[in-house]
Amino acid sequence: MQNADNTLIALNKKLILKYFIISRDINYMTQIKFLSVLKFILFIVPFFFTSLIFAQNSVCFDCHSDRGLSKEKNGKTISLFVDESKFAKSVHGDILCVDCHANVDPEDLPHAKNDGKVDCSDCHDTEEFEASIHGKKSVACYECHTKHEIEPAEIFETNRVALCLSCHVQNKVKGYKQSVHFELFMKGKSGPECVDCHGGGGHKIKSAKISEDDLLKLCASCHKKVVGNYEISLHGQAFSRGKYPAPNCITCHSSHKILSHTNPKAKTYVMNVPNLCGQCHKEGTTVSQLNDISEHNILANYKQSIHGDGLFRRGLIVTAVCSSCHTPHKILPHENPESSINKNNIAKTCMQCHAQIEAVHQKVINGVLWEKEPSKIPACIECHQPHEVRRVFYEDSLSDDMCMGCHSNKNLKKNENGKEISLYVDYKEVKRSVHKDNSCIKCHTNVFTGNNPVCIGSGKVDCSICHAEEVKNYSSSIHGTLHKEGDEVAPYCTDCHGSHNIMKHSDRDSPTFSKRIPDLCGQCHKKGAPADLRYKGVEHNIFKNYEMSIHGKGLLKSGLLVTATCTDCHTTHHELPISDPNSSVNPKNIPKTCAKCHLGVYEIFVKSVHSPKVTKTDKKLPVCNDCHMSHTIERVEYADFRQKIINQCGKCHEDVTKTYFDTFHGKVTKLGSEKTAKCSDCHGSHDILPPDSPDSRLSYKNIVQTCKTCHPNSNRKFVGYLTHATHHDKNKYPFLYYTFWFMTILLIGTFSFFGLHTLFWLPRAFIEKRKANKQKKSEKEK
Amino acid sequence: MRNEQKEIYITRFGAFPRLLHVLVIISFLSLAITGMVIKFSEMSVFQTISKILGGYEVTGTIHRFAAMITFLYFFMHLWYLIKKLVKCECSFKEMFSGENSLVPNKNDLKEFIQTVKWFWGLGPRPQYGRWTYWEKFDYFAVFWGITVIGSTGLVLWFPEFFTAIGLPGWLINVATIIHSDEALLAAGFIFTVHFFNTHFRPDKFPMDTVIFTGGVPIEEFKEDRPREYETLQESGELEGKFMAPPSQAFTTIAKIFGFSALITGIIIIILIIYSMVFLYN
Repeated sequence: MQNADNTLIALNKKLILKYFIISRDINYMTQIKFLSVLKFILFIVPFFFTSLIFAQNSVCFDCHSDRGLSKEKNGKTISLFVDESKFAKSVHGDILCVDCHANVDPEDLPHAKNDGKVDCSDCHDTEEFEASIHGKKSVACYECHTKHEIEPAEIFETNRVALCLSCHVQNKVKGYKQSVHFELFMKGKSGPECVDCHGGGGHKIKSAKISEDDLLKLCASCHKKVVGNYEISLHGQAFSRGKYPAPNCITCHSSHKILSHTNPKAKTYVMNVPNLCGQCHKEGTTVSQLNDISEHNILANYKQSIHGDGLFRRGLIVTAVCSSCHTPHKILPHENPESSINKNNIAKTCMQCHAQIEAVHQKVINGVLWEKEPSKIPACIECHQPHEVRRVFYEDSLSDDMCMGCHSNKNLKKNENGKEISLYVDYKEVKRSVHKDNSCIKCHTNVFTGNNPVCIGSGKVDCSICHAEEVKNYSSSIHGTLHKEGDEVAPYCTDCHGSHNIMKHSDRDSPTFSKRIPDLCGQCHKKGAPADLRYKGVEHNIFKNYEMSIHGKGLLKSGLLVTATCTDCHTTHHELPISDPNSSVNPKNIPKTCAKCHLGVYEIFVKSVHSPKVTKTDKKLPVCNDCHMSHTIERVEYADFRQKIINQCGKCHEDVTKTYFDTFHGKVTKLGSEKTAKCSDCHGSHDILPPDSPDSRLSYKNIVQTCKTCHPNSNRKFVGYLTHATHHDKNKYPFLYYTFWFMTILLIGTFSFFGLHTLFWLPRAFIEKRKANKQKKSEKEK
Repeated sequence: MRNEQKEIYITRFGAFPRLLHVLVIISFLSLAITGMVIKFSEMSVFQTISKILGGYEVTGTIHRFAAMITFLYFFMHLWYLIKKLVKCECSFKEMFSGENSLVPNKNDLKEFIQTVKWFWGLGPRPQYGRWTYWEKFDYFAVFWGITVIGSTGLVLWFPEFFTAIGLPGWLINVATIIHSDEALLAAGFIFTVHFFNTHFRPDKFPMDTVIFTGGVPIEEFKEDRPREYETLQESGELEGKFMAPPSQAFTTIAKIFGFSALITGIIIIILIIYSMVFLYN
């Protein structure tokens, strides 16, 4: 509507002008064609209205066009001048002065005090504005829109930034004018201006400050992908947990003076990146204290590296800075497989710049592998240390000779927490170890050439640099958990593997050589050792028991290296207590653990009645170690095992075990017979199925054959022998029941009869004997 | 010794029955021990006996060997009976009903009533003949026992054979119960009732060696079996039954053997009672 009105006003002005010309030269008028007359008539009506307004407002402008017109208010001179022409051009140009200045009577002079006050809300909905911060702080409409020169919205919006900055004069805010956002805004409104971020509309600004919650959403409305990356990054994760001092968008990009990373003044300009990151990641900052990052002196080392050297000394802006390797927004720890510095991705990351790296390394590494299977080759950083990359290898830059200069001294010691620790290193030992091709500083990464000596405060070696998976497993194991808690007994990497003398586990002299593992674990777990003393479970005398077991004998006596040793069941690095559902020896996982070697048995077992896949029950189903035990595993052919198996089965199958002992097999077994049928001889061992299952060894189809293993002449009638019979069950076995009672009555009857017979006889016999003795005596006397 | 004059003995058992009884004793004791070992296999004492004997397998072999002796004397006895019949030493009727017959008759019932009266002091001691009723019971107990225990034992020994010829499998279980309980009855009876009736009753205590020596002093015989004495005297057969007293050496051997058997039996019965009290409590 406003636009239409504006056009109308402009047309009217032209027509008025024409009219005056025409009236002066009437001859000319005759030349006007009929159509023009029609046009004139058509436009004459609005002209009259307009002229009416002019006539009305002209009364006001009689006085207010005077530039000197002013009034005094609170000691200040306020001009009452209104530029008539500018007013006419403004959006209110076609309304009467009194429409706004409602209380003013143009004829009544001078106007009463405050009669000139204007209330915009008479015509405009100001509710939204009043709720805004400007409304609350009583900023008047005209402070932005002016009083009489109100511009149409499109023109107003173009100039709004300047308007905002006229009040918001802080340097920080002013920086917006240099920002890439402003630049883009001016180029066609593609960048955000003030109100786009602060509220989303001129009248909606709630608060100058943007809350942390809204910040990411706000940035994401344009930079969705970048914010998405940030959110999964270490920074984003820490920020969402509210962990100070996690950086957000503003930390690196500023709030208003957001500059393009190509702008040398930008904090994110390549030259400035190391300092930007360094703000948090240099030594001694909160970040370096809060987080245990294995890399130390990052910034200082970087500055001395070939990358840092290129950047700072040679001003080479294509050199790698922090964000080149760590990515600008998706910064992830190296354990994360998605991380740009993950072992598997590092080659790709470096190859962003070092594209022809295959050609350079062809002598050492098969070039094809670089791109196809980067995990098969050493990661770049394994030779070129992450923050200390130099043109030459470490061997050349900081050679072992330098280290050994001090560390070959047998008396070299340091004092830590009052304990004296030898720092002597047997270099020969290192050269015999699996790390013989590594230089000292490949593991002792935190040596810093700025220190003297360079190794001071370099701390413990972090094995995860190369052995990430193992260390991750260890950290979540019971060993790792206890170690983290500061438990003195809990082993650390070096306790099992050694330090400078680490050998491959296939090496006979290595403490992790399979034959030596029981001794290694036994150091803590044998009877009376610290781990055994604190252990509250049922497995005791583990070490001795294992030695006597089939596994132990195989390993230690027969030297069978593939025999299961401690680590085969308990895993090498991820040992967990049996109660932990993730433990390899948790009952749930035991069959799988044993299946690593005994796969054939496992495949049979999972189909048996004892497998949870077959039997759905709340009761505990047996797993391997319930029958075979864990550390006392024996050969199943041994008499001892065969005698024990009945006890194992009897734990759950009490009734049938009892009746088993009532019958021949059980009775002979009690006498120590080893070859007599035990549970597993008839029911099977790993393939146990209910007797009604056709595949059961005791099914109608199979039972005769099963009995034949001991009874070669077994036949259909023979297998009718009740191996679990009892004469106490009248309903199940009536024949046995009645036979038993018949025999019992016969016994009781016979013994009762003859018991009484004897009982009566005894006194009589004594009497008779005494009589006979007397008689003999008297006969003798005669 | 104190009597210089040689005492007259009456022959009660011939060589053959005495031999049979020795076989009975040896086999029965063996069977009882080795059988109880398996019947009470839960008891550590029997497990130990099994070990002493050389393990459960040797124990089983001894049991079967003793069973063979049992079958042997059982058939020897049957052969003896048949031979007796064929040789017409005595008629068929005499064999089953006469004074010398072991078949119970009315007179045994009468004697039993008289015996009970005698026990209670209501009458004199009955005039027992060659076989008292309890001796007849002993005989038939063994006869019956061997039949029952022997047959069920064979089923248990050769279960595959017996089922192959048509016996149902559960009959092996029935045979087990019968064999075991009948054995318990036999052992219990022999080691208590028979031992008392024959050896431990005050007038014979501690042992009657007649079954080994074969002869009884005539005085004792007269007193013990008055009716037989009379019958023999009347028929004039008494003189023919006279025999010299057994030699000192023979008596000693008989005593050693007899006492060993008695003691073994007593030990077995003690173990049985102990086991039963222990197990069925």
